[in-house]
Amino acid sequence: MLNDMNEGKAKNKSGKIAVTSTGGSMDALVSEQFGRCQYFLIVDPETMKFEAVSNLGEQMQSGAGPKAAELIIGKGAAVLLTGHVGDKAEEALKRGGVKIINGLKGTVKIKDAINNYLSKKTEQ
Amino acid sequence: MIISVASGKGGTGKTTVAASLASVKDNCVYIDCDVEEPNGHLLLNPKIDFEEKVYKKLPQIDYNKCDFCGKCVEVCEFNALINLKFEIILFEEMCHWCGSCKYFCPAKAITDREKEIGVLRCGSVNEHLIFADGILKIGEISSVPLIKELKKKVIKEKINIIDSPPGTSCAMIESVKDSDFCILVTESTPFGLSDLKIAADVLNEIGIPFGVIINKYKPEFKEMENYLNDNMMDILLKIPFDRKIAEDYSKGILPVFNNNELKNAFAGLINNLKTTKVPEKTDV
Amino acid sequence: MFDKSYKQIVILSGKGGTGKTTFSSSLAAILNNKIVIDCDVDAANLFLILKHEVISTFDYYGGKKALINQTKCTECGLCQGLCSFDAISNFTVDQLSCEGCGFCYRICPFEAVIFKQIVSGKYYECLLPDNSKFYYAKLYAGEGNSGKLVSELKRKALENIPPEIEWVIVDGPPGVGCPVNASAAAADYVVIVTEPTLSGVHDLKRLTELLNTFKINAGIVINKYDLNMDLTSQIFKYAGNNGLPVIGTIPFDKEFMNALINGENIVEVNENIREIMYSIRNQIEQQLELAFN
Repeated sequence: MLNDMNEGKAKNKSGKIAVTSTGGSMDALVSEQFGRCQYFLIVDPETMKFEAVSNLGEQMQSGAGPKAAELIIGKGAAVLLTGHVGDKAEEALKRGGVKIINGLKGTVKIKDAINNYLSKKTEQ
Repeated sequence: MIISVASGKGGTGKTTVAASLASVKDNCVYIDCDVEEPNGHLLLNPKIDFEEKVYKKLPQIDYNKCDFCGKCVEVCEFNALINLKFEIILFEEMCHWCGSCKYFCPAKAITDREKEIGVLRCGSVNEHLIFADGILKIGEISSVPLIKELKKKVIKEKINIIDSPPGTSCAMIESVKDSDFCILVTESTPFGLSDLKIAADVLNEIGIPFGVIINKYKPEFKEMENYLNDNMMDILLKIPFDRKIAEDYSKGILPVFNNNELKNAFAGLINNLKTTKVPEKTDV
Repeated sequence: MFDKSYKQIVILSGKGGTGKTTFSSSLAAILNNKIVIDCDVDAANLFLILKHEVISTFDYYGGKKALINQTKCTECGLCQGLCSFDAISNFTVDQLSCEGCGFCYRICPFEAVIFKQIVSGKYYECLLPDNSKFYYAKLYAGEGNSGKLVSELKRKALENIPPEIEWVIVDGPPGVGCPVNASAAAADYVVIVTEPTLSGVHDLKRLTELLNTFKINAGIVINKYDLNMDLTSQIFKYAGNNGLPVIGTIPFDKEFMNALINGENIVEVNENIREIMYSIRNQIEQQLELAFN
């Protein structure tokens, strides 16, 4: 029972996808950095509507990664698409129940990254 | 008096100089503040009499009281805390323990707990030389609290030789602060000179008088002496690049034990500092 | 949108002192149409080897520090008692001891504490003799190492990059921490410069573990390989087991130190080393082609 409760807390029901981005639109390129990317696009895969959130972590002297994790968890992200995530951010994302898909390249557009992820997901 | 030994760059022979200075005079205390890589004990072989654990404080959150308001996260400038609304995560190694989160928590849900960050070791090499060093635990980012504790081992009436960490980090500044004089050890390469300039700037800023020892001295590298002359910095000693010294070092033997010339040079150096530098400072 | 025309090569080492910076300068010397970035901001050394002319200087704003406004301060002493770093005495803040926690700023009943970002370093845009751009940074003393400065430096270097640029060479910081993450982000190829010593091998392993999470192509250069043939063959074995190619071996050569003292680039004075560097360049080009086909 206790386990169920904890899981329920950690899992985000909304299923939104967060992508690290160099700009505020679906045509922008993916940012390979997590903690110090310029924007997060928080996309609802059902409607493909998105919210662009500028990342204050870019300006932080330390702790940009965990802070960015806090931000996207707060926005209800269940999945993160990005290039690379540092150790501390990874720990925070795991505790917040966010699935990490890394290894994305900065030559890919946000919309392609999302479509690619969704098509792979349905294949499985 | 307190003499610190520092160097802008690693690998210049700073520890050899510090350990040599401490060995050539009676009535010395050697304190190794290079707590990330303490090497002085390898050269001096002290007998350790006791060890003390050193702790840092960390916040402890009482989840019976915490309502996830996020105030602690807001006041933490180091981003050591994040708020997931069902858990506050603390990244221990990022916490400087300033006490802000505890002070500002409206629910009074934060207390402090202690975490070991390393040990101090105290002992002696012989009846003339007292020894202390510290070992920082791997993964701890700040060695400053450990260095602060180590510096309490200074004995005012004796000659204290402080072996500082390399570079010009906060740890180096903490180590050399309160010294009567600092010896900067450098080597005859462009890298050595570049790092020496940065270290010299730091000492000027903190206001500590200093002089320079050029180790692995190569007369061909003229830029070093030109810089020191132009800036009116004292050259205390030039130690030539010598295979014998390097071989002794690799075996853990201090070169002053096999080289009388070097031994006298180090002893003379301390005598000079005792007679000239300290009275200057009391004038200020 | 654009397809980036250039390939970004990041040079890493794990441990300090393996010859990473000398290697970076040698690679820079034999590539054309390039940009060179020194991301080793704690101990920037590449500028000592590469002859350059500074064309612009930028301030880097890092952490915050507290300062007491004496006209507002009533000398109540509250901040002095609460500062965990003993940084406040006589109602002034010692800037070197202040760790920038902002406690005094938040508790001062008279709003007498100013708490703002300060300039904690500088970065430079420079021209090399062949008119290539070169970027490096210097952190002020007492400032901690920073992924933020590395990110800022790289962003400056890579903005408005001309289409004729083929290579971006990044001299990365030692270690495996945040500045390394920031340096390796967006790399097309990573060169790991290692040496046959116990600590060199140890750090090589830690670095390859980190790089695996990035999914970037990487190759190993063994510097001073003839110092310890046992460990060199261990490195070869490790590389083979982990699918990492050894793209070059460089002998221990006194001429490195002499070139350094004389302010010369080793590839310009030593034909043997120049040939080795050409071969390493070819290896990198081949590996990049493989990756793209």
